[in-house]
Amino acid sequence: MAENKEMISLTIDKHQLEVPKGTTVLDAAKLVGIDIPTLCHMKLHNMGIENKPAGCRICVVEVQGRRNLAPSCATEATDGMVIKTNSMRVLNARQTVMELILSDHPADCLTCVKSGDCELQSMAHRLGVREIRYQGEQSCYREDFSPSIIRDMDKCIMCRRCEMMCNEVQTVGALSGVHRGFNAVVSPAFEMDLVNSVCTYCGQCVAVCPTGALTEVNHTNEVIKLLADPTKTVIVQTAPAVRAALGEEFDKEPGTLVTGKMVAALRELGFDYVFDTDFAADLTIMEEGTELLGRLNKYLSGDKEVKMPILTSCCPAWVNFFEKQFPDLLDIPSTARSPQQMFGSIAKTYFADKIGVKREDLIVVSIMPCLAKKYECQRDEFKVDGDPDVNFALSTRELAALIKHANIDFDSLHEEDFDRPLGESSGAGVIFGATGGVIEAAVRTAYELHTGKPLPKLDYTELRGLEGFRQAVIDFDGTPISIGIAHGLGNARKLLECIRENKCVYHAIEIMSCPGGCIGGGGQPLHHGHSEILKARMEAIYREDAGKPIRKSHENPYITKLYEEFLGAPLSKKAHHLLHTNYFDRKIKFEDSKEC
Amino acid sequence: MADNITIKLKKEDNEFIEKVCASFNYSKTELINVLHQVQEHFGYLPAEVQEKIASELKMSVAKVFGVVTFYSFFTMLPKGEFPISICTGTACYVRGAEKVLDEFRKQLNIEVGQTTPDGKFSLGCLRCVGACGLAPVVMVGEKTFGRVSADKVEEILAEFR
Repeated sequence: MAENKEMISLTIDKHQLEVPKGTTVLDAAKLVGIDIPTLCHMKLHNMGIENKPAGCRICVVEVQGRRNLAPSCATEATDGMVIKTNSMRVLNARQTVMELILSDHPADCLTCVKSGDCELQSMAHRLGVREIRYQGEQSCYREDFSPSIIRDMDKCIMCRRCEMMCNEVQTVGALSGVHRGFNAVVSPAFEMDLVNSVCTYCGQCVAVCPTGALTEVNHTNEVIKLLADPTKTVIVQTAPAVRAALGEEFDKEPGTLVTGKMVAALRELGFDYVFDTDFAADLTIMEEGTELLGRLNKYLSGDKEVKMPILTSCCPAWVNFFEKQFPDLLDIPSTARSPQQMFGSIAKTYFADKIGVKREDLIVVSIMPCLAKKYECQRDEFKVDGDPDVNFALSTRELAALIKHANIDFDSLHEEDFDRPLGESSGAGVIFGATGGVIEAAVRTAYELHTGKPLPKLDYTELRGLEGFRQAVIDFDGTPISIGIAHGLGNARKLLECIRENKCVYHAIEIMSCPGGCIGGGGQPLHHGHSEILKARMEAIYREDAGKPIRKSHENPYITKLYEEFLGAPLSKKAHHLLHTNYFDRKIKFEDSKEC
Repeated sequence: MADNITIKLKKEDNEFIEKVCASFNYSKTELINVLHQVQEHFGYLPAEVQEKIASELKMSVAKVFGVVTFYSFFTMLPKGEFPISICTGTACYVRGAEKVLDEFRKQLNIEVGQTTPDGKFSLGCLRCVGACGLAPVVMVGEKTFGRVSADKVEEILAEFR
């Protein structure tokens, strides 16, 4: 906060305090240790974005001299103000407001997927609601199932947080409040289902929903059944960001690395092989890095046809975003499949052959920080005769629930290692989990392949950080390579618009849909907008990288072996077939053949 | 969800929308004014029209749809060739407008805000046309009918069929 800002003084309960002009009553109260309850309010600390529609009225306070109670989240503190946050009038009003909200909410807490992790439930408990004195109309809306996200709008309390994420942070524009009164609902355009909307399945709406209105499609039961089936070999891959956040579900400090315990828990659950998506991340670098160098060399030698910059393609929500909103730019992103899909493809060919298991008897499960991965693994391009390369993608939250469900005491597990060969990875594979990580991993490999010289350093700290958009120039032994990094689709949109207008001067760009990269994914433990949690997860990722004996993808011996035994070389015909993909124009159009 | 809300926009329709958006400087805060002018032109706001407006104003279609559904003035259904408006202002109401409305609903088999499948009639209510002496008042297209009772409804409709 600026030092020279005008200060005002006010009284909150028994405290007298001075705050900079412009501070809300809610924030002022926090300064003196008063925690006014809120429900719809949400602040994204690192982005300067705040959701305060003042719609729920839970945070009301008494302002001396005003007739009505005021919502503290949207009321600016003024000089001489006298506030009461816990008078009888306020407490009664809060309880009444909560009862009115609950009167239009299904009372199925015991079986609700959000039970135990529901902000509405916790708030009702905190406010001491023991009965609901009001009976009134109940909203009744159809459920909407998509491959990643379920909308059950009867449980919506119109806090509008999902709208903030979808419109302001991600600029996707899939969701908006529509209609009015009891018919009001948060919905895609024309009340279409999510599958017919511009939704990218990034899951950021799910990550902020205070109730069970927006949840992920849950595949744990299918996985449990397959684990119990003796005719199936069930293998699992874990994405880099999962190990840096899973511990939070078991009351560990944010940023605690639980790689070894996670592997042990997956073995306890009965997976036949526990592998690492980081292996496939190394493979991605080989393919994407080679593609980047190919395009770069053509570009540097004056080829006017070659498309620049090259954009990363690991993030499935990002792929959905450009397919739906920038179909004119389909030839810019790398054709490399995401690590999840590369893993599935290699597992069901190379690895299945190695262990002598038929494709249909091999089940690949992935543990992902992401909800869009659920959609990605169902895409037709990633199926062979209807059989998906990756059968199910579980979120970090689903894995935690599965571990608890299976009576595993996570704390007392001994740390274990991933299986070979698809469990070996370099530090470069690990950092895929944080924004900037993919491009740093690519630099580590591309530099050595391009210059033929050893990398002058391993840690490209200029590529790291949490700013929404970052840029750096990396010296490739005399050739300056400009790199752009964006995370959060709102930042990605700015970059894409800049590319569309030919104003973009980068050679390579990394884009991750979720703020923070995969560590902030829609399938991760809920962080409620606290950027320090993201920071802690990010530090954990770089810690794991620093502790790895191998830090560059092309030095992973199992990757070398995979090329020698199976793929040939990066971008070979076989590699193209198994590890690359095509993109499609999926622009949403609301029209048919009728004449006006 | 309405099914028949999509149409194929003609070139001149697109140009009309572009012109209206340009006249408001493509300002998102002018959305309601844009919607007013466009609805005046088309008679209603079908999906493709909303999509075109959204793309011109660089905002999401969901947001445009949100505004269209919030204000009762905006409609996504085309008005009939002869829009029927029944005055439900106080004077008309106390003299039996409700019964007249019910009869129209029954005879046309549509609800308020809907249009008959043949596109001939649409049914709507309005509040006071300033002819309280003639209550209850019904307007069909440009023509006004006074002292309407339920048993006159069939006769009125026959005039336009």
